[in-house]
Amino acid sequence: MATGPAPAPGVTETVAPRPRTRAGDVEERLSVATQWQLMWWRFRKHRLAVIGGIVVILFYVGVILADFLAYADPDMSDANRQYIPPQTINWTIDGSFAPHVYYLRGDRDPKTFKRVYVEDPKIKIPLVFFGTGYKYRLLGLIETDRHLIGIGQPILAPGANLVQQQATGAALAAQLGLRQAGLPGAAPAAPAAPAQIKLTPETTLFLLGTDQQGRDMWSRLMIASRISLTIGLVGVALSLVLGVVFGSISGFYGGAIDSLIQRVIEVLRSVPTIPLWMGLAASIPREWSVEQVYFVITLIISMIGWTDLARVVRGRFLALREEDFVTAADLIGCSRPRIIFVHMVPLVLSHIIAATSLALPSMIVSETSLSFLGLGMRPPAISWGVLLQQAQNVQSVALSPWLLYPAVPVIIVILAFNFLGDGLRDAADPYGV
Amino acid sequence: MMVAFLVRRLALALFTMWAVSVLSFIIIQLPPGDYVTSYIAAQSASGSMVSAEEAANLRALYGLDQPGYVQYTRWIIQVLQGKFGQSMEWGRPVSEVIGDRLALTMVVSIGALFFTWVLALPIGIYSAVRQYSAGDYIVTFIGFIGLAVPGFMIALLVLYFGFKYFNLNIGGLFSPEYAQGAWTPGRVWDLMKHLPTPALILGLSGMAQGIRIMRANLLDELRKPYVMTARARGLHPVRVILKYPVRVALNPFASTIGYTLPYIVSGSIIVSLVLSLPTVGPVLLKALIAQDMFLAGTIVLLLGCLTVLGTLLSDVILVLIDPRIRLEGK
Repeated sequence: MATGPAPAPGVTETVAPRPRTRAGDVEERLSVATQWQLMWWRFRKHRLAVIGGIVVILFYVGVILADFLAYADPDMSDANRQYIPPQTINWTIDGSFAPHVYYLRGDRDPKTFKRVYVEDPKIKIPLVFFGTGYKYRLLGLIETDRHLIGIGQPILAPGANLVQQQATGAALAAQLGLRQAGLPGAAPAAPAAPAQIKLTPETTLFLLGTDQQGRDMWSRLMIASRISLTIGLVGVALSLVLGVVFGSISGFYGGAIDSLIQRVIEVLRSVPTIPLWMGLAASIPREWSVEQVYFVITLIISMIGWTDLARVVRGRFLALREEDFVTAADLIGCSRPRIIFVHMVPLVLSHIIAATSLALPSMIVSETSLSFLGLGMRPPAISWGVLLQQAQNVQSVALSPWLLYPAVPVIIVILAFNFLGDGLRDAADPYGV
Repeated sequence: MMVAFLVRRLALALFTMWAVSVLSFIIIQLPPGDYVTSYIAAQSASGSMVSAEEAANLRALYGLDQPGYVQYTRWIIQVLQGKFGQSMEWGRPVSEVIGDRLALTMVVSIGALFFTWVLALPIGIYSAVRQYSAGDYIVTFIGFIGLAVPGFMIALLVLYFGFKYFNLNIGGLFSPEYAQGAWTPGRVWDLMKHLPTPALILGLSGMAQGIRIMRANLLDELRKPYVMTARARGLHPVRVILKYPVRVALNPFASTIGYTLPYIVSGSIIVSLVLSLPTVGPVLLKALIAQDMFLAGTIVLLLGCLTVLGTLLSDVILVLIDPRIRLEGK
């Protein structure tokens, strides 16, 4: 104990208190700390785990603010904007800080008929914070059109105007002998002042490029995080229920029930699961809505995760079962479910949390894999797996490598979850250092 | 003791295979409609009509009007005789469609398992013995990537970089001239040359896990007094490590292998698609999308059963090699 010896009788209060040493201080704090405080201190020492935790939190904040972080309507497609490479941001104009991108002109290559894009350095599109874009509901409540990034008034160099582009486009079309019906605005719009032409983020800003249908990759990545990251949460919640119920029953009762549940777990673990889940996922009717598919996919992937959780819970329950307080609860007549869920589950909670954060990444991977195969979420739903579907073909990836970008958030979030889970597991272990 | 273990293990394997067969049957039954509905659809697509009476006769012939368990029994008896039914999509018996591909799936998976072991062991030993060295950090980092990044993404990246910087097409298991045809020695050699890339990609996550387990266990052992004693008595450092602590640390490492094979076989399905390997993976996906359910169900069934058999085999071999594992299970 860190408290000093009790003052001997007769010694007056005037005796200066013993200076408290740092070591004694720490010891005192340790001896009165709750289990959760101890866990938190142990966790904090784990540098990578803390970083992982912060990254995970940032990602989920991103999920909540997905529409705000996007700047272009993720469903706005336009064949004239397909496969635009990521733009480079120029940071200064005349030495002062003014991030901007150049206006892009797209045309068909007369030989290959592929779309090519040329930057027009005469037209600068400034990037601004809190710009306007498409309308959405912030947090599902507040209707707004503000986004983190937007575009400002274009800065035109002398002699450049936005209309000119359309004129050259028409001229080129005429040269090629292609009478394009879609250019009626070209001639009448010519006398109008350039400032009157309304540019939107959808037509000018492509920070991570566009996909085959001309939709902005950055914005789609942001929106995709919603499905990809929440499906893991819901799935893990479901498998948590399964894991805790079966694990606790298995560990508490032992005997025949225990071996039955253990055999079922062994069976599930010794079978290659992906073909099975593929089979189940493939039977989701094509005409189902996004919400229905989401629900079924969640069910399917939660069936993958519960066995590990059940094993962790069972192991802890086997150890706890012999404790005195369980016997005491039994003797005063608590029902079995009450003993399990009121007295024992709280003690296992920290382990459950750790195991959960380790199960989450495998759920996210499952969704991504299924969607990547075209058996999980499917368009118009947007998830990272759906986005990666476009990268299935190595030819298109070789031509437009930015189609691989959706892999980046997946990898980051899985790594972060793994570090976080490792740290939590170590912290939850009362015998850890 | 040994016999009891074998019997118990065999019983569990049989039980697992039965469970797999039920699941496969459910998958076959899941889509709306049955074999006859799709047969009628196929017939009317090619112009000939099937009358309602004929359809009813067909249903009776295949026993589709019977309750589920009767249908399951009929199906499983057929399967046990090696009759897997007809593939709608390919118009050929299922066994013809998947025979070669199933074998190749197993070749790739076993190759991956081999790499997992052959690389994880020495790397794990190295990073435990040289803890906190640059090599250890590199290995730990690669291990984390291997654990975290799903195989199909690694396959995508490898494919892309191979294509971009080396102008190589990494996909496939054969060179074009060996893609079809009989198993000549040349074809086998060609397969051997193509095997390492997909096997490595598939084995990476298992390898990462193996390295971590080996490293952690060996580190625990290395701190024990008997190691110090052996060192103090002047035993050669290599001998000190390999003869005693590695053998002890090998035990938990070995007992994880049972769960590695299902994992690899699972992963091989998606990785095969990305790398266009001629395994059952692409066929399964196509069958599922086209709802060619006999083909899909058979693939799931055979894949599951082969994996269970493989795991059983590796368990038995491990027990024969190292009796401690058997005691561990008690």
